[in-house]
Amino acid sequence: MIDLEHIHRNFQVGDQTVRALDDVNLHIEAGEYVSIMGPSGSGKSTLLNLLGLLDRPSSGIYRLNGEDVTSLSDTQQARVRNREIGFVFQMFHLVPRLSAEENVELPLILAGIPPEQRRPRVAAVLEGLHLSNRRHHKPEQLSGGQRQRVAIARATVTNPKVLLADEPTGNLDHKSGQDVIRILEDLNHRGITLIMVTHDQEMGQRARRQLHMLDGRLLNGQRNDDA
Amino acid sequence: MPSQRTRAGDVLRFTWGALRGYPTRTLLMLIAMAIGVAAVVVLTSLGEGARRYVSNEFASLGTNLIIVIPGRSETSGLNPTTLMGETPRPLTLRDAMALQRSFHVRRMSPVTVGQAEVSWKSKSREVVIMGTNNELLAIRHWQMAQGRFLPKGELERATPVAVIGKKIRNELFGASRALGQWIRIGDRRFRVIGVMGSEGRSIGVDVQDTILIPVASAMQLFNTPSLFRILVEAKSRSAIEPAKKFALKTLQERHQGIRDVTVITQDAVLSTFDRVLGALTYAVGGIAAISLAVAGILIMNVMLVAVSQRTSEIGLLKALGATPHEIVRLFLAEAMLLSLLGSLLGLLLGQLGSLVVRHSFPEFPAYAPLWATLAAVIVALLTGLVFSLMPARQASRLDAVMALQKR
Ligand SMILES: Nc1ncnc2c1ncn2[C@@H]1O[C@H](COP(=O)(O)OP(=O)(O)O)[C@@H](O)[C@H]1O
Ligand SMILES: [Mg+2]
Repeated sequence: MIDLEHIHRNFQVGDQTVRALDDVNLHIEAGEYVSIMGPSGSGKSTLLNLLGLLDRPSSGIYRLNGEDVTSLSDTQQARVRNREIGFVFQMFHLVPRLSAEENVELPLILAGIPPEQRRPRVAAVLEGLHLSNRRHHKPEQLSGGQRQRVAIARATVTNPKVLLADEPTGNLDHKSGQDVIRILEDLNHRGITLIMVTHDQEMGQRARRQLHMLDGRLLNGQRNDDA
Repeated sequence: MPSQRTRAGDVLRFTWGALRGYPTRTLLMLIAMAIGVAAVVVLTSLGEGARRYVSNEFASLGTNLIIVIPGRSETSGLNPTTLMGETPRPLTLRDAMALQRSFHVRRMSPVTVGQAEVSWKSKSREVVIMGTNNELLAIRHWQMAQGRFLPKGELERATPVAVIGKKIRNELFGASRALGQWIRIGDRRFRVIGVMGSEGRSIGVDVQDTILIPVASAMQLFNTPSLFRILVEAKSRSAIEPAKKFALKTLQERHQGIRDVTVITQDAVLSTFDRVLGALTYAVGGIAAISLAVAGILIMNVMLVAVSQRTSEIGLLKALGATPHEIVRLFLAEAMLLSLLGSLLGLLLGQLGSLVVRHSFPEFPAYAPLWATLAAVIVALLTGLVFSLMPARQASRLDAVMALQKR
């Protein structure tokens, strides 16, 4: 489903070139549960953003469902992102003036789906994440765990094939973190491809497949079935 | 397959929410827009008011009026009479009567004006005396307060009757009855048959401070063969031109082929004023529109601030699949909604402003013309659009990853 071939991503900082990704090769099957671990600055977020089409590689080829997506225009990439990919961020990134329900509705609005079709879908995901009684709350009225659950609801309301999570528990206490991980794993059980960046060894080791990064290199990009 | 394009209603709702989310910014921009639009409305309503005021003043002179003045207007330059050093022939009563013989003429009134000592019993004063005929009452739309106006009948009959203005009535007669009294004007005696009731503030003459007598009496009194003016009322607006031609031709024939009179139509004078004041209205409207451009620059700055304030929101929208075009649309919609609300507020303020002007100066019809109102709103919307293009494009080009990192 996901194919990365010789992916490089360089950042120019002054007269220095930072190799955030250095010849990354990676194949991920649909429905996999992958964790990406590694020290800070090793390129984990850069990789995840690239997978989510928020960033473009400096060189290399990225195929999503067999299609070369590196050559797509910004607009085409945005459409793929809207349909196929869900994001969960460490900082939640909820729009503060919108209620939980309205935040979840956003990707459907951007997809041009009419309100009468949106409502049942939003209600269903909120119900599934036990947020129905919080649907009119603003983000500031929600706990960290609830906020992240709203963010997960938003990421999954479009039924994407891939869910990308960048340190989803980084801003949560242990218990809420555990809840969030369980929710994500549950989604994976039901078929979504889950790719999660974490620097927490314990959490990372729950994944069936664990990737380790160091200085922009993927240490074990190939399949690791004994994990 | 969904259209992949945010629905207009959703754009509006999202935008409205964004505006309410930043009330200070929204209010600031609303006020800037509103002031611009209100300025256009108030200033053009003043200009338009001036135009209508003048127009009304002219209308009180009479409608479809043609004025014949002895002598050729200086503006026409050299002509045989000035070259030969002759004084123009007088404009006589017979000339005036000749003008009545046109199908296009409804009324004709000869006028001669002078000053004379007027006295009743022990009181006396200098008064403007106007010699004219019965028709003037109708031509000028005047009203009588008491008695009747000058009698109909032969123009050349010097009947010793007088119609006096209200002010003169009060000064000469005080509490006593004026009608039927004999007053002395110069060395002649006239019987008071009427008192003018009109406000009569028409340009040049204050009717309240005037005495009207038959034109033949006035010509004898001032010992002059010439009229001061002949007023001709055409049957209709379209009859003005033929009546004017007729007057010129008739008088030229009667004056041995020499064109020694000036004929002006009230229309011509009025349209000159109209043009001047109309241009003035455009000018002040234009100047006020500049304040809209200033509002536009403010909008641009505030929108740029909005883009940087909402950087992480823009990043999020991109992550959720908003195309660059959608981002542009959202920000343009925001600016347009602001401009629209701002101009509505401005229209309200502007109408209120003109209302205050009309209330304070009731004779001054300060109504903003429709074109100015529409233009103000259109300029406001265009300004909002043009000046938010740049910030909107800037928002759409933000790097999503960087935008998400910003808090
Ligand atoms: N926009 C950028 N400009 C310059 N350098 C960057 C940028 N983004 C990331 N980097 C650099 O690339 C490397 C990898 O960053 P990142 O992927 O965020 O690491 P991680 O998420 O593993 O902590 C770091 O050295 C970081 O400084
Ligand atoms: Mg990171």
